[in-house]
Amino acid sequence: MVDVTPHGADFIPAAEVAEVELYHPHSWWTRYVFSQDAKVIAIQYAGTALSIGLVALVLSWLMRLKLGFPDTFASISPDMYYQFMTMHGMIMVIYLLTALFLGGFGNYLIPLMVGARDMVFPYVNMLSYWIYLLAVLVLVGSFFAPGGPTGAGWTLYPPQAITSGTPGGQDWGIILMLVSLILFIIGFTMGGLNYVVTVLQGRTRGMTLMRLPLTVWGIFTATVMALLAFPALFVACVMMLFDRAIGSSFFMPAIVEMGANPLPHDGGSPIMFQHLFWFFGHPEVYIVALPAFGIVSDLISTHARKNIFGYRMMVWAIVSIGALSFVVWAHHMYVSGMHPYFGFFFATTTLIIAIPTAIKVYNWVLTLWRGDIHLTIPMLFALSFIVTFVNGGLTGLFLGNVVVDVPLSDTMFVVAHFHMVMGVAPIMVVFGAIYHWYPKITGRMLNEAMGRFHFWVTFIGTYLIFFPMHYVGLVGVPRRYPELGDTAFVPPSVHTLNAFITVAALVVGFAQMVFLFNLLWSIRHGRPAGDNPWRATTLEWQTAGTPPPHGNFGKELPVVYRWAYDYSVPGAPEDFIAQNDPRPLTQGGPA
Amino acid sequence: MIVILILLVAVTGVVGWWLSRQRLMSKPWLEAGPVTAFPQTEASLMHPAKIGLGVFLAVVGALFALMISAYVMRMDYADWQAAPAPKLLWLNTAMLVLASLALQGAVSAAHKARLDNLRLALLAGALASVAFLAGQLLAWRDFAAEGYFATENPAASFFYLLTAMHGLHIIGGLVALGRVNVRAWQGARSGSLVLSTELCAIYWHILLAVWLVLFCVLMGWADNVIDICRGLLT
Amino acid sequence: MAVVLVLVLIVVGSVLFHVLSPWWWTPIASNWGYIDSTLVITFWITGTVFSAVVLFMAYCVYRFRHKEGQKAHYEPESRRLESWLTVVTAVGVAALLAPGLFVWSQFVTVPKDATEIEVVAQQWQWSFRLPGADGKLGTSNARLIGSENPLGINPQDPNGQDDVVVVATDLHLPIGKPVKVLLRSIDVLHDFYVPEFRAKMDMVPGTVTYFWFTPTKTGSFEVLCAELCGVGHAFMRGVVKVDTPEDYLAWLQQQSTFAQMSAPAKVGVLAAPATAQAKAE
Repeated sequence: MVDVTPHGADFIPAAEVAEVELYHPHSWWTRYVFSQDAKVIAIQYAGTALSIGLVALVLSWLMRLKLGFPDTFASISPDMYYQFMTMHGMIMVIYLLTALFLGGFGNYLIPLMVGARDMVFPYVNMLSYWIYLLAVLVLVGSFFAPGGPTGAGWTLYPPQAITSGTPGGQDWGIILMLVSLILFIIGFTMGGLNYVVTVLQGRTRGMTLMRLPLTVWGIFTATVMALLAFPALFVACVMMLFDRAIGSSFFMPAIVEMGANPLPHDGGSPIMFQHLFWFFGHPEVYIVALPAFGIVSDLISTHARKNIFGYRMMVWAIVSIGALSFVVWAHHMYVSGMHPYFGFFFATTTLIIAIPTAIKVYNWVLTLWRGDIHLTIPMLFALSFIVTFVNGGLTGLFLGNVVVDVPLSDTMFVVAHFHMVMGVAPIMVVFGAIYHWYPKITGRMLNEAMGRFHFWVTFIGTYLIFFPMHYVGLVGVPRRYPELGDTAFVPPSVHTLNAFITVAALVVGFAQMVFLFNLLWSIRHGRPAGDNPWRATTLEWQTAGTPPPHGNFGKELPVVYRWAYDYSVPGAPEDFIAQNDPRPLTQGGPA
Repeated sequence: MIVILILLVAVTGVVGWWLSRQRLMSKPWLEAGPVTAFPQTEASLMHPAKIGLGVFLAVVGALFALMISAYVMRMDYADWQAAPAPKLLWLNTAMLVLASLALQGAVSAAHKARLDNLRLALLAGALASVAFLAGQLLAWRDFAAEGYFATENPAASFFYLLTAMHGLHIIGGLVALGRVNVRAWQGARSGSLVLSTELCAIYWHILLAVWLVLFCVLMGWADNVIDICRGLLT
Repeated sequence: MAVVLVLVLIVVGSVLFHVLSPWWWTPIASNWGYIDSTLVITFWITGTVFSAVVLFMAYCVYRFRHKEGQKAHYEPESRRLESWLTVVTAVGVAALLAPGLFVWSQFVTVPKDATEIEVVAQQWQWSFRLPGADGKLGTSNARLIGSENPLGINPQDPNGQDDVVVVATDLHLPIGKPVKVLLRSIDVLHDFYVPEFRAKMDMVPGTVTYFWFTPTKTGSFEVLCAELCGVGHAFMRGVVKVDTPEDYLAWLQQQSTFAQMSAPAKVGVLAAPATAQAKAE
């Protein structure tokens, strides 16, 4: 054991922490609309992200209806299908998941968990949200632009994205999409600076890195990655905007459109776009996954009343996944026509990243081992996360292993894989996290019956959607096909399976309406929660009131005396010890 | 993508060095109590704004590294023709160096609490930067007059793209520097200006460094380096 | 308890679905049986891991769910267990990677005796070009594309004159002969995808990409586009027919070469004054 307090000093006055100059709101407008309080900004982010996510959910139903019942829904044309598909993907990945995990949970939890009064740059934080909102509005605007939104697929590959064979390619759709992304990245960078610097500089006394909850580790690492990865998307968007608007040839080679119409471009490289895009796109997967990893660790630990197993390994795994994820990007490009020898390198790095990821999974299930598992709704969602993440992660081993990817790439197998691993799995964590922290945000518990209904339908339903979908891809059905028509190698039973998947998707969609209703209903009618309903150790549960007031912690900031996972410590009177509890209760404490 | 990977290695080095001081190998469950023995594991006393600027400049560095990566990748294609950069860039570079020097002077004046010197240095920095931007616009005009439009030649497209991006960052910096200037000339105490002056100076130094790299690339001096790198790869 | 049951059911159901469902890949018609074998190895390893993890989780929930007076065991970590698990995982990953890289090295090594053929994609149809008697394809350029030269073949290149051009109709290939498929697009990204051949590759305008395979089964196979290429993406279909050597030769003799295709126009222009002259005489 290392003695961290050699001089016998067991109390450090809180005043030594650098104080943040808090902005005090003077009117309703500055308190609730143009607020600089991270908690309000978090709710604004989350509300906007969930609203635009609802749009994306409806788009997915329309797509599924076309896929499941192509004859009944013949009125959904391929144009519309591709527009729905593109917007669904783009919204879910960027405007929902990235914004919700970092802008929503990041804003709410970082200051509370590290023991700060607010983010370090509250004004920039506020700007971040409003620019994000503007980006969302531009995106929504593209639905109403002449020609509709872009239908280029969320990857926006040129030349197709800016040619006339694609919806929105020669209209406003693609331009608004690119502008919206550029705005999003600017807004995100402002927020991201806050999250990083708050973790670096805003930590209260005693809150060393190794005492941070894994939630903060996950969000922090993801933000660092996002700050370095988003510029790649930014560059790609700006260059494509040049190509589209003024006819330069960054990505555009000499092409003859529609077999007869030569375009003025010459010599550009579509592969270069793919390198830039995936240099952002692959870290993006982990930008969504790492906060989910962190949050789910805390959910499992709290609700199993047991410290997270192998905390140090978990931290190292998060950091090494973050670093490795920058050298795997071209595994999205095995069949893109890049130099085939890259395949050896990228397959190796991709499969290596499976090792720290697997360690995280082992540690989650080992935390359950000999725990005291309370099957609360957050715990149920955490369990369902492990199932869907393990499933999706393992199919990643198919697609990451270059030669196995060759027959499977661009089939429905890929669609099933990434929905399982970065659609369903992180969303399960989002739900678990909302059920877990809603009592802190509103002071009331979410309704239990509605919550359990929501969980069961979502968990079983999504598994029934995406597990069979792998086999549709295995048969050979390509992705991004609004209908199959008569394809010789596709047996008729696949059409039946597609119809089944559609029905399952609609049922799961309905369950989300119950969830949204529960969110609104419980604000007023939920059971009062108290300050610490889950008997958790971390600082956000030790605030001066619930919901936490402006400035979070009352007069004095908490001082941290222990790590975030002192659950069921032998000899302690209760099965948890709060991080700011100065009593020497742990085995290692100065007894 | 080599350029961005080199930058990332540098960033990883800095992050790794910092993490190595954070006792990631310790066993936190054995270490309850205040951590007086390891002050470096607590939040540092450096001003958050400086850290924030540092992080932001890393993002800016990634942005430009990615654009240069794209430039290098694009150079490899058959239709690439180098475009001779306008001679005016030399003068503009001098202006930016001057701005950087002036702001460095402003920092030392602020530390010595010499308000008159501080005002002059801040103003000189801002004016030199404006001169730089004006010079860049003239360079664009010269470049276009020689027949290099953004659409004609990919090297020309990159010239406009890189200079525009860099110019936008200078403009952003000028907003901040303008505010510092206003505060200095309205008679704020020089003590309250130390931090903002330092931040401006750091920002200008880094943007100067970015510009020098871009200058080398645009003048074609970096071609040899790029060829060597490419040779190493293949 | 419902959770335990559902977790077990998910494992049992998934395994049964995998074994019993009629949905499996199409019968292979090329030499890439190795790819299928690698896939099967991957299914075994990943299936085992999935079942083990979820069943272990189900057991934990069953055994350690909260009961009155129960207290969780206190164990921050176990280096031995974690190192052991890391090593096992690394071995598993290596077991996946090694065959994968081995097959990939075959995939990227084109045999010397492979015949080069070219597939040209455009929105939204497939065309093909075979090298003709000299065994060489002529150069091409998108700038040369016109109604009489739909593939943009360079008319100055003597190698191109005898190239067999097959526009917007079926491609025939002889069985058992390795083919290096050169892929070219004249507008956007496409991907030449025949599920039965397993191999596929994107076509990128401005460059020529390739892959190779040997057809091992005669018959007719559908070509699909596997890279989003605009609204007609799903309708961009073609047919590859793998023939016996005799059938293939018979088909080849009916095809016209590039010279023959561009000839009628020239003949027309030259012939008209000739006939006029003849009449005048």
